[in-house]
Amino acid sequence: MADTYYNPEDLAKFGKVTDWQEELGKKFFDYYGSVFKDGALTAREKSLIALAVAHTIQCPYCIDAYTKDTIKKGCEEEEMMEAVHVATAIRGGASLVHGVQMMNKANEMLM
Amino acid sequence: MKLTKSLKAQAHELANIERQLGILSDAESIGVAPFSSKMAEIGMLPLKPTALDIFQVNVGKMCNQVCKHCHVDAGPDRKEIMTKETMQMCLDALEGTSISTVDLTGGAPEMNPHFRWFVEKLSEMKKNILVRCNLTIIVANKKYYDLPDFFKKHNVEVVSSLPYFSARRTDAQRGEGVFEKSIRALTMLNAVGYGVEGSGLTLNLVYNPSGAFLPDSQGTLEAQFKKKLRDGYGISFNNLFAITNLPISRFLDYLVNTGKYETYMEELVNAFNPEAALGVMCRNTLSVGWDGHLYDCDFNQMLDLKLAGNAPNHIRDFNLKSLNERDIILNQHCYGCTAGAGSSCGGETI
Ligand code: SF4
Ligand code: SF4
Repeated sequence: MADTYYNPEDLAKFGKVTDWQEELGKKFFDYYGSVFKDGALTAREKSLIALAVAHTIQCPYCIDAYTKDTIKKGCEEEEMMEAVHVATAIRGGASLVHGVQMMNKANEMLM
Repeated sequence: MKLTKSLKAQAHELANIERQLGILSDAESIGVAPFSSKMAEIGMLPLKPTALDIFQVNVGKMCNQVCKHCHVDAGPDRKEIMTKETMQMCLDALEGTSISTVDLTGGAPEMNPHFRWFVEKLSEMKKNILVRCNLTIIVANKKYYDLPDFFKKHNVEVVSSLPYFSARRTDAQRGEGVFEKSIRALTMLNAVGYGVEGSGLTLNLVYNPSGAFLPDSQGTLEAQFKKKLRDGYGISFNNLFAITNLPISRFLDYLVNTGKYETYMEELVNAFNPEAALGVMCRNTLSVGWDGHLYDCDFNQMLDLKLAGNAPNHIRDFNLKSLNERDIILNQHCYGCTAGAGSSCGGETI
């Protein structure tokens, strides 16, 4: 076991998950590959979405992978940071919108 | 860090070619298979030329820029320049061959004092002439302002590097202010018709990654470049060539300095593509050095890997038959040409 929970080198070993369960692992990677192909959304747009999601789930592997991928796909620094702000706005908004729940509850409790 | 001098002028250890070749051969100790064994696996060793179609002449290492990734180690301090006599030998060699394209590179080829004479002669021979113009040279000095007209007069195809459509990444790689000057030069080229639909004057751009990673799809990048340059600056061009940085010279220095050498080599090797190996440019290109020596490509030239076997290795002894029979010299840097969609002076190869 490594000294830290996350090790950058583990990202390159992702494919090895199939060693312990080949069928499901393979299905996942096939599916993953298809998801990121050009479709109704371009591969570039998908990469920016992935970058935003990576920040939402705060996965260091995904942040590493999609920072690299968006740069390779020619995305600008501003586009990348805006994607992170989208994630932040949704995340922040998700907390804040619950303020309504709080207000409902408080209004119900108080005279 | 701003780069102002070539590795040579800094007396940098990587200015020594043996040292570069030493690092490349160390690749074996970091677990990278020799490129030749990889080629043997796919039945492509020895690698043979197909037919010589592109005659690439490096007319000198002098350049007005000192880009961080430059595989030539070019710069204002480099004095190696092709003489008129050597140019004449090139013309003599071309005479009577069916080689259709002459590709002029450098340094900044326009800084060679005999550059225009050479282009005029090639133009008289009705060759397709390609000039690898770094753009900023056009606005560097009054004497170069008329280059767009000169290119137009000889129907030269202009191929120019622009690693990105914003100043931040372009300047980080090519030097401060380069983006703004490149935009000015592109505007001048567009003004005489270069890159403008229907003009018949070709202006292609070269993209190379601003770091230790492989280029993504050429088509995707081209679409973005077209949109950004049109919307932002009213600039048009024909095609974008995506080129992989090869691990030699200043790019090798960058890789070693930033501790990225091993992972970059790994990325190149993992992306080895047999289809790209089929189309490597050395199969149809001959590279002539500033002093007349012959090489399989501009990269081998910079590593001083002269032609193998019995092939004549100086332009004065040019012999098409033995050139076509030679074995191409391969080394670990060749992984840069065979990665992903392949890479050549004309971009992707598959
Ligand atoms: S990459 Fe081209 S423009 Fe830049 S220093 Fe080298 S030769 Fe000059
Ligand atoms: S580096 Fe030169 S010799 Fe090697 S594959 Fe590329 S073009 Fe051919």
